[in-house]
Amino acid sequence: MARGPALSIAIDEKRFGEAEPLFTHLRLKVAPSSLVALVGPSGVGKSTLLRMIAGIDTAFSGSVRVDGVAAAEAPPAGFVLQDARLLPWLTVADNISAVAPQVPPAEISQLLARVGLAGTERRYPHQLSGGMQRRVAVARAFSFNPRLLLLDEPFVSLDRQLVSELQSLLLELLAAEQPTAILVTHLAEDAARLADRTVVLGGKPAHIVADLNFATPPRQRDAAERLRLTAEIEAASAS
Amino acid sequence: MPPDVLEGGTQIADLPRGRPPARVRHKNVTDLVLTALSLPLLLLLWQLLALAFPSKLFPTPIAVAIDLWDLTLHGKLIADFGKTLLRAAIAFCVSMVVGTVVGIGFGRVRWVDNLFSTWLIAGLNLPAVVVAIVLYIWLGLTETALILAVIVNKIPLVITTVREGVRSFSRDYDELALAFRMPYWRRIRLIFWPQLVPYILAAARTGLSLVWKIVLVFEVLGSDGGVGFRIQTFFQFFDMTGILAYMVAFIAVVMIIEYGMLRPIERKVLAWRADQP
Repeated sequence: MARGPALSIAIDEKRFGEAEPLFTHLRLKVAPSSLVALVGPSGVGKSTLLRMIAGIDTAFSGSVRVDGVAAAEAPPAGFVLQDARLLPWLTVADNISAVAPQVPPAEISQLLARVGLAGTERRYPHQLSGGMQRRVAVARAFSFNPRLLLLDEPFVSLDRQLVSELQSLLLELLAAEQPTAILVTHLAEDAARLADRTVVLGGKPAHIVADLNFATPPRQRDAAERLRLTAEIEAASAS
Repeated sequence: MPPDVLEGGTQIADLPRGRPPARVRHKNVTDLVLTALSLPLLLLLWQLLALAFPSKLFPTPIAVAIDLWDLTLHGKLIADFGKTLLRAAIAFCVSMVVGTVVGIGFGRVRWVDNLFSTWLIAGLNLPAVVVAIVLYIWLGLTETALILAVIVNKIPLVITTVREGVRSFSRDYDELALAFRMPYWRRIRLIFWPQLVPYILAAARTGLSLVWKIVLVFEVLGSDGGVGFRIQTFFQFFDMTGILAYMVAFIAVVMIIEYGMLRPIERKVLAWRADQP
C-alpha cells in the first residue's frame, strides 16, 4: 500500500484583487498519511487553502509542496466537493471513468462495492439517493488519486444519520488506503470523528488559532472521547 | 452495512428499474390510446364538416386521399417533395452548423455578444419575405437565393438558442473539471457538449418547423418546382383538393421526420434525464 505524501505549505500572501489579504505568512506541515481537519468560520479561507493544495489556485506568493513538488506540478489530488457533483448525463461508472479513464471497469466495480454500491455501475445519478451520490463522489476521488484526498465540506446538507454512515465509510477507506487527507469543515464534531490533527483557522488575514494533535486514533474513539475532542476544538475556535 | 443495503434500509434491488407499477402501466396505456385516437378524430371531424357543408372548395378527406394517390402515381408530388426536402435539408444543416458555432461564440465571448447582439435582434425580427425578395433581386430567382434566404432567416434563431444554452452552463462542472484537471478535449466531450445538446435539439426542432414554412413561402414567391410552387399553381385554379392533398402529404413527411428521426435521437441523447420515458 502506497503511503500518502507529505505536504508543506508556506504562503507568504494570498489575496483576491485589491481586497485585504486572506493569508499572510501561513505555515503548515502535514505528515504523510495523516488526516488534518481545517476548521474555522465561513469565509476564513479554508476552501481557498484546499484549492491551493490541489494546485488549482496558483495566484499567491509562497509555495505549497506535495512531497517536495510544487502542488500544480504534483499528481492531482482526489477531490470530494461540497456536493456530490456527479455529471447527470453519465452513469455511475462513467462518472468515475470521466476523471480516471486509466482505471479499468473491473476496478471501478470493486471500488463501488467497497463504498456499498455494488451493482450500480449503469445507474444514472438521478436514480440514486443523495447519500449514494456522495458515496460515488468518494469512490471517484479514491479512484483518481488514492494517495492524496481533499475533502471540502463533504457532509453539508446531509442528515446526521447519513453523515455518520459516510464518516464510517471514510474511516474504513482511510485505514485501508492510508492517504494523506485534508478535511475542510466548519463543524468540530466532523473533525473529532475523522481527524488525527485539527488546525483551527481564524482572524483576518487568517492565521492558525490552534493546532490540536489527537492521541487516540479516529477509529478507536468512542462517543465520550469524540464529545471531549469536539469541546476542545470548539473551545479553541472560540478563543 | 452490507453492500446491497443502503441508508434508510433501501435495498439496491428496490431502486427504480424494470417493469413500472400497474398504476403507471395503466396510465401509459391510456396515454397511448388517446394519442392513437387523435388523428382519426381529426379526420372524422373533417369528414363530418365536409358532409355538412358540401362544396367544391371543402372536399372530404376521402376525396383528398384519392387525389393524393393520383398525384403520387401520375402527378409530380414525389418530384416536388424531393426538391422541397433537398432545399430544406441544405438550409437546415448549414444554419444549424453555422448558428451553433456562432452561438457558442456569443455565449462564451462577452465582446462578441456586446458588439453583435443588436445584429441578432435585427436578424430575429427581419421579415422573412423581405429577405427573400432582397435575395431574389440580388441573385435572381435561383436555387442559391432561395436556400440562402432560408438560412438567413433561421440562423438568428439557432444563435439565440445556443447562446442561451452556453450562458446556462454550470460553473460547478467547470470547477469539477478543474479539480480533477480534466484535459481540454475530455472537458469539451464530457462537460461542455452534454450541456449544449439539449439546446441544439431545441434549436433543431423549432428551426425545422420554421424552415419548412419558409421554404414553402419562398417557393411560392419564386421557384421552378417544389411543394410551395405546386400549391401556388393549384391556387390559381382554385384546386382545393390538390392543395389539401399536398398539405396532407407535407404533414405526413413532417411527422415521419419528427417521430422517425428527431424523437429517437432525442430519446437516445437525453436518456440520462429523469423525465425521459
